[in-house]
Amino acid sequence: MNDSQIRGAEIVIKSLVAENAKFIFGYPGGAIMPVYDALYDYMDQIQHILTRHEQGAIHAAQGYARVSGKVGVCLATSGPGATNLITGMADALIDSTPLVCITGQVLSHLLGTDAFQETDVVGISMPATKWNIQVRRVEDIAPAIAKGFHIARSGRPGPVLIDITKDAQVALGDFNYVPCLNIRSYRPYPKVPDSVIDEAAALINSAQRPYLLYGQGVVLGKAESQLKAFLDKTGIPAACTLLGTGALSEDYPNYVGKLGMHGNYAPNLLTNKCDVLISIGMRFDDRVTGDVKRYAKQAKVIHLELDPTEIDKIVKADVPVLGDCKVSLEKLIEKVEKKEHPEWIKQFRVLEAEEKRVVVGNDLSPTKIGLTMGEVIRHINEFKADDAILVTDVGQHQMVAWRYFEYKTTRTQITSGGLGTMGFALPAALGAQLHDYDREVICVVGDGGIQMTIQELGTIMQTKAPVKVVLLNNNFLGMVRQWQQLFFDKRYSFTELDNPDFIKIAEGYNFKVQKVDERADLRQAVAEMFVHHGPYFLEVKVEKEDNVFPMIATGSSVEEIRLR
Amino acid sequence: MKRRYTISVFTENFIGILSRITLIFTRRGINIDGFTASESREEGIYRITIEVNTTEEQVIQLSRQIEKIIDVIKAFYYIDDEMVFQEIALYKIPIESIDAGLEMVIRQYNAKIISAEKGFVVIEMTGHKKDTQDLLEVLKGFNVLEFVRSGRVAVAKPMVSIDKYL
Repeated sequence: MNDSQIRGAEIVIKSLVAENAKFIFGYPGGAIMPVYDALYDYMDQIQHILTRHEQGAIHAAQGYARVSGKVGVCLATSGPGATNLITGMADALIDSTPLVCITGQVLSHLLGTDAFQETDVVGISMPATKWNIQVRRVEDIAPAIAKGFHIARSGRPGPVLIDITKDAQVALGDFNYVPCLNIRSYRPYPKVPDSVIDEAAALINSAQRPYLLYGQGVVLGKAESQLKAFLDKTGIPAACTLLGTGALSEDYPNYVGKLGMHGNYAPNLLTNKCDVLISIGMRFDDRVTGDVKRYAKQAKVIHLELDPTEIDKIVKADVPVLGDCKVSLEKLIEKVEKKEHPEWIKQFRVLEAEEKRVVVGNDLSPTKIGLTMGEVIRHINEFKADDAILVTDVGQHQMVAWRYFEYKTTRTQITSGGLGTMGFALPAALGAQLHDYDREVICVVGDGGIQMTIQELGTIMQTKAPVKVVLLNNNFLGMVRQWQQLFFDKRYSFTELDNPDFIKIAEGYNFKVQKVDERADLRQAVAEMFVHHGPYFLEVKVEKEDNVFPMIATGSSVEEIRLR
Repeated sequence: MKRRYTISVFTENFIGILSRITLIFTRRGINIDGFTASESREEGIYRITIEVNTTEEQVIQLSRQIEKIIDVIKAFYYIDDEMVFQEIALYKIPIESIDAGLEMVIRQYNAKIISAEKGFVVIEMTGHKKDTQDLLEVLKGFNVLEFVRSGRVAVAKPMVSIDKYL
């Protein structure tokens, strides 16, 4: 031991500072107390956000990571603190969000003895993390954190868990931070072979009705401008997945809409009419493909993808282009011919007009008495900034907001896609807002989901993050109710809610509040929300039994998409 | 079409790696028929041999998902014709069963007695599953007290070396 040695707990904090982490989202407790004690001396270098529940902490870290492109950091204690992070880890894994979660663990000599607040979090989190490790020696702390950051942010990003025993936190050790740049068993960026590029380019050049689908891989790979340049040159129509939304501005001429169960009419239907399907950074989720046996069978498929396990997992690729899509697109742009496809794109526009006539008009400018979710989003569009961030929860409001929000820039669509985690929105919106207080962050949430993490109103109050919460209240678990209506003979089993007075709750948390139940007041209320500086809570009472359309029912083909 | 595949996995020596690998099988509801782990030629690199009865499509997916584990260096998959493999079996027989007939059986199967204890002997045989299973059926006539068989250990016939992945 010498004078320069510091405690493991301080090594944790210094390592986070060395990784340029700006925020820690966390909650203290017994087994992590040494780290919290060390944090007390570093408040000028790193900001800790005390959420009201560990699940809130990890969703906030996700929201922050998704908007900033940086690694979100979480801190929690052992046992229940650690297990409360699991849902967020599973969510971050399936949605490829970079996170480093640090949990305290009982003293190493007590491991495996059912000590107070002991849980095998490494075991529990294994299927919910990209990588995890338990650290029992002070000298292993900094290398584990360095490795964790590298793994979380490189390749296809994901969550990492580092579990540190309390004795390692209090032991003394040397601090010498060496960033991790290479792990011999981990190759996050497969090299794109030129032969495959040639093959893909030839197929694209010969296509009569080429069609491009883009997912979040474009955002994660920072390939938005390459995507646009590729589309500029090839004239190919392009549609997005839920998480790819925003990678291309919706104003882009060849943008044709959204894929999936509640996406747009044309992009789903015409998937089965194209001759070459180019998919970039997306994984053919079952919510996108519908019945995969009847999905794009007529088309040759070119799949640009970074993760080898996604190739041929759901849809067999005729030309798999494994590698960083930014690199692949740059190479492809050189090889593809300048073209336009006006006749083919016209087919999309005809169907789009049909969707507008049957669905969109009634959603956005309804004539019936009850308010629709769609008209709320229409007014939000009227006042929002181009770079406003939309954070949504899970359910009907999520699909409606996604359908109608006008996305102009990248990293503006924050939602729980793969896992469909109710309760995600409120804490994620806080995390998104913390990245930049000057950006508009609009949290659209339902009355079911908000009550899963409603305690995070307290964190928003404490941080004064100017989040605009828009509660679309239909007193139902609306999406489940819609399925009950359509597929379960209207047997509304446990989906109607007796709700509290949300306005009183929000007032209790010092939000500026407003409640709307009539169309006449809606526009003005939304306008007021946008001029207010500070946390705002707008509750809109919407029609109780509205349904989201179009819809591809489970087991149906994309061409069986229903408009009503 | 389902058939027998052997997945040969090279990994770093990292706690939890076996759990991470087996999770991939449990998640898809695929039974592991044999599983062995040992050190490889390279110090610090372990090789795990997994036997599984599945389709080629699925074994490709499984191998890729195994390879995606951070501390896995490489996963190869082979059909039986592409591998040289062996399994070891031990049979515990009571002393009273020993007679000339047992000697014949041991000679015929190229098995051997590796230990004689008070009251029983232990016979060992290495070979393919079919061979050790056949011997078990025969030895049942001699009152087998215990039987155990290992998973397969296997080396691949194709000349690929793990070196190029390090």
